[in-house]
Amino acid sequence: MNTGNKVITIEVLRYRPEQDTAPVAQEYIVPFTDDMSVLQGLQYIKDELDGTLSFRWSCRMAICGSCGMMIDSVPKLACQTFLRDFYPNTVRVEALAHFPIERDLVIVMDDFMEKLDSIKPYIIPEKPRALSEGEYLQTPAERDLYEQFSSCINCLLCYAACPQYGLNSNFIGPGAMALLHRYNLDNRDSGKEQRMPLVHAEEGVFNCTAVGYCSEVCPKKVDPANAVNINKTESASDYFLRFVTPKGACK
Amino acid sequence: MKRSNAPIFWALFGAGGMLSALIGAVLVFITGIAAPSGTFLPREMLSYSNVLAFSQHWAGKGFLFIIIALFLWHSVHRIFHTLHDIGIHAGTGAKLICYGSALTGTLAAAYALLRIG
Repeated sequence: MNTGNKVITIEVLRYRPEQDTAPVAQEYIVPFTDDMSVLQGLQYIKDELDGTLSFRWSCRMAICGSCGMMIDSVPKLACQTFLRDFYPNTVRVEALAHFPIERDLVIVMDDFMEKLDSIKPYIIPEKPRALSEGEYLQTPAERDLYEQFSSCINCLLCYAACPQYGLNSNFIGPGAMALLHRYNLDNRDSGKEQRMPLVHAEEGVFNCTAVGYCSEVCPKKVDPANAVNINKTESASDYFLRFVTPKGACK
Repeated sequence: MKRSNAPIFWALFGAGGMLSALIGAVLVFITGIAAPSGTFLPREMLSYSNVLAFSQHWAGKGFLFIIIALFLWHSVHRIFHTLHDIGIHAGTGAKLICYGSALTGTLAAAYALLRIG
């Protein structure tokens, strides 16, 4: 491991509502080693240079989804991004795009929380099941259907990547659609009919223009663009066939 | 929540996109380069009488109609969404101009193909 005296400049977009009228950039000179992540750089700033800097973090290993931010304009998890990859250049760190800034690198995520709630991100069983009936059984093949979509950690990188969400935040967005799809694909779930009206709605999948950047930035290899596009096809066939099939998902 | 009517336009867009991806380039090659220059195909392939006969046959009419209409619906949808992407927001005006021109083109193609006998 390199333990030399390398320093890197980290430029952070600050916003302290009590004193700043608009976000303003501030530079910090941070000593670093090759094994240091951008998150560790920010922690160094907070501990050693400027205790007023605010950012969200928790697990440090791409599990919790807290430290999503724009790093040189690309949505990334700070814990998964290394300072050595930017050296000797300055690394610019900003709050996630497309969300209001609460403070410094902390965004207001209320909009996403409402969206997440609206897709009913939990298994809705066909009928209530008593504990005494035991667990649901599922084959590996049945699990494989939805597994990749279940890896979502709600880090919101895909929302920061989505140009359509940026233009119109009424769009349900990639992450929520991936999770909606995850529950719809689960054979223990019977809630699809309750979820599909959201897919069909004006806020739904047809806002997507198949850019695909959401899937590219996902740190957990989820493919939200695929979830959206499968649901476009499904929504379109429901749109045309709802009058001939006995029971469409949306009247 | 209001149901989106996007599937109509999306389906036309998708059908046109599929068709143009499959035969768009080769159509440009045949009608724009190969036949007119007489290099790969005989020049008279696109002579007035040949093209007239083609468009008077029901299959030729159908082919021309589908090509013209679906290519139009595909391209206006693409333009409409690109306008949105570059910040000209999808108002009723942009919608009317885009999809209206595809509708006009479709009707004009149908009218012309029927008139040609």
